[in-house]
Amino acid sequence: MLIRPSKLRRLGIMGMNDRNINYIARYNPRRLYPLVDNKLKTKLIAEEAGITVPPLIGAIRTQHDLEDVADMVAGHAGFAIKPAKGSGGKGILVITGHKDGRFIKSSGVQIGMSAIRHHITNVLSGLYSLGGSPDVAIIESLILTDPRYEPWSIGGVPDIRVIVYRGFPVMAMMRLATRASDGKANLHMGAVGVGLDIVSGRAVNAVQSGGAVTEHPDSGNQLGELTVADWDQYLELGARCADVTGLGYLGADIVPDRNHGAMLIELNARPGLAIQVANRRGLKHRVRAIDKLPADAFKKPSADRCRIACEVITSVEATVVPEPESSQ
Amino acid sequence: MSRRLTLFAVAAVLASIGIGLSVYRHVVFDVPWLPGQDKSIWSIEAAIEFRASGQPITVNMVRPVDQAAFSVLEESGASPGYGLSFEERNNTPVAQWTIRQAEGQQRLFYRVDVLQRDASLEVASVPPPRVLPVTWEEPYATAVAEVLEQAHALSADELSLTKQLIAQFSSAERTQNVQLLVDQFGQDDITGLLARMLRTANIPAATIHGLVLEDGRRRQTLRPLLRVWVGEDSEIFPLGLDEEELERPLLIWTRHDGYTLDVMGGTRSRLSFSMIRSEMSSYGTLAELLGDDSDWLGFSIHSLPIEEQAMFQTILLLPMGALVVCLLRILIGIRTSGTFMPVLIALAFIQTSLVTGLIGFLLVVATGLMIRSYLSHLNLLLVARISAVIITVIMIIGLFSVFSYKVGLTEGLKITFFPMIILSWTVERMSILWEEEGWHEVMVQAGGSLLTAVMVYLVMMNPWVRHLSFNFIGLQFVVLALIVLIGNYSGYRLLELRRFRVMAKYL
Repeated sequence: MLIRPSKLRRLGIMGMNDRNINYIARYNPRRLYPLVDNKLKTKLIAEEAGITVPPLIGAIRTQHDLEDVADMVAGHAGFAIKPAKGSGGKGILVITGHKDGRFIKSSGVQIGMSAIRHHITNVLSGLYSLGGSPDVAIIESLILTDPRYEPWSIGGVPDIRVIVYRGFPVMAMMRLATRASDGKANLHMGAVGVGLDIVSGRAVNAVQSGGAVTEHPDSGNQLGELTVADWDQYLELGARCADVTGLGYLGADIVPDRNHGAMLIELNARPGLAIQVANRRGLKHRVRAIDKLPADAFKKPSADRCRIACEVITSVEATVVPEPESSQ
Repeated sequence: MSRRLTLFAVAAVLASIGIGLSVYRHVVFDVPWLPGQDKSIWSIEAAIEFRASGQPITVNMVRPVDQAAFSVLEESGASPGYGLSFEERNNTPVAQWTIRQAEGQQRLFYRVDVLQRDASLEVASVPPPRVLPVTWEEPYATAVAEVLEQAHALSADELSLTKQLIAQFSSAERTQNVQLLVDQFGQDDITGLLARMLRTANIPAATIHGLVLEDGRRRQTLRPLLRVWVGEDSEIFPLGLDEEELERPLLIWTRHDGYTLDVMGGTRSRLSFSMIRSEMSSYGTLAELLGDDSDWLGFSIHSLPIEEQAMFQTILLLPMGALVVCLLRILIGIRTSGTFMPVLIALAFIQTSLVTGLIGFLLVVATGLMIRSYLSHLNLLLVARISAVIITVIMIIGLFSVFSYKVGLTEGLKITFFPMIILSWTVERMSILWEEEGWHEVMVQAGGSLLTAVMVYLVMMNPWVRHLSFNFIGLQFVVLALIVLIGNYSGYRLLELRRFRVMAKYL
């Protein structure tokens, strides 16, 4: 029923209190939060630093701007409406196309223009924002799933979460949308989390709703065969996000776009802990090893840091955690 | 590491301040650690009955005053149509009822709450009454003289003389003289007889009245007591009380000779008493003990008026609620909808009682959710939607109240104690949660919130917790210290041991 705390410690599992006190509170200064809590700001600073982000169609700041929505989206087959201060994927409306003046949601349901306006109104009034403060709605062009990953993600774009600790990528997982998650790559809602090997980007383990899975629940494709192409791009993008924001404990959400490759969609200053279950590994051994690095390592450029991280984690894996008896 | 050290230091300082203040309060002001220790409150009701015959009526009844064994907390009177005033007449506190005209049987009520302290039979001293010359007819004059002479010979002073007299009158074998006096002046009023005899010997003495207190007794009468003065001091002799009655607390009602009840304009008056005992409630009673203390270390809520005290009694419980929420969220890992919403719900439970509160909460939230799901089709702005939900919640509460009243469930009326704005936000948040994360998450959070609310309720209803939090303000520092410590707990939460249990097989 329960696992002994001593076992969790040996596995190096980071708990919620530990994360909050020793990592988030210590390495993420409060003043930096607006950068990541507001997607519009994230987008702007990321673009400035040359990080690829989904092209912005427009931002709706006031109720009055609502009149322009129809014109804004007219030229785009698909687009996504997001609350700038939303969290956990809440309030994101994805339109994949339109037909006869009706818009088609990623789930296939058709909605009218009034429903879109209603959604934006909700966003503006702060329904999805932290603390209910007034918000801005961002309209972005649709991200097109890289066909290589289509068999593994149903009805939505998969994304890759990279945990970056003090500038070093330490753990990664891919989140796959399912029918149960309504096309959203949100683990709470039933998306599949696939732990990725930090060196190769190859799948090591997968979970759904807290339990282990081996194949995608909708398509039946083997999750073990999943490998992220151009893996270095993702690691480096994550590492650069730490430079851009200054956050020491960060979750970067990156999508594989058909046309642009690795593309940053969101940063998170309070990344969740489920990634440990998806990887069958705890974060603590890895972050402790990063802490032991010499001071100059932290000043190196992002590409070097990614290489160092891979070396450090490989050696941690070899010494701390024995291989599981059976692997799939 | 130094950060942790500072934190422990802060917690230690806070805790020692808190414990220090509390111990000081316990030692210096004698505030008990446990509720209701040795202290009880008696509510005594005096009923005055008489017949009125259409004339103006004035009723004077002597009221009790503070005394060594009791302090008077509150007095009130109920008397339809009568003017009532509490006043002092000839140095004696009385309750006076007046009416221009009344007919038939009349009933007047006077009620007093007294706090019982360590009992000793002493009353605020009153100056000894002037001893007026007493005359006896023969043969009683001779008998009195002989009895007094005998007692005088066997005693040293006024008090021992009194004791000798009492011994003679209560002895099984009375002398001829004593028997003669008892037969003539009253089997029923030996106290009066003794007082008169003592006055004959030029000793100030009077018949006063007291009430023997016994929980739940009705139709009790005042008992005559003998009070004897020696200079300015006096002593009270409870004659005619049997041993069992002597064990019970005795409330002195009148302090010297004179009337207890005086009815002008009415006939056939009688005075009877009923009384109940209650454990000292934590507020309002210590007020009497502590209220007028000016020592700053005795800084106390009890110096506030009773109404504000009642408010503070609740406010001072909130930190305990917060502590429980901290424990449940940080150590256990229970998820709740809104961080401190459970505390407010628990406060409502205190007013409604637990079961009624739970049923009411579930009814209101469930109905609210149904109506809210319809509202979401109306494309309302957030503020307007919340307002609509508030009105809906109020209507649901109104409807339930009326309905339960109609079917005879007065319990249902208590639903109005719920904080409506909080309920509305709960409904709104649950509704959003349902749309975004599904019913499962709603159940988890609603269940977590209710569980937390119930735990908070149980803690806040604990008599000991109530007593301590109200009477030892210093303990708030201890609670603060605990919260500071809990806030630094970086270990696993209990529910994380469950969440990560799948990891066990990778070890």
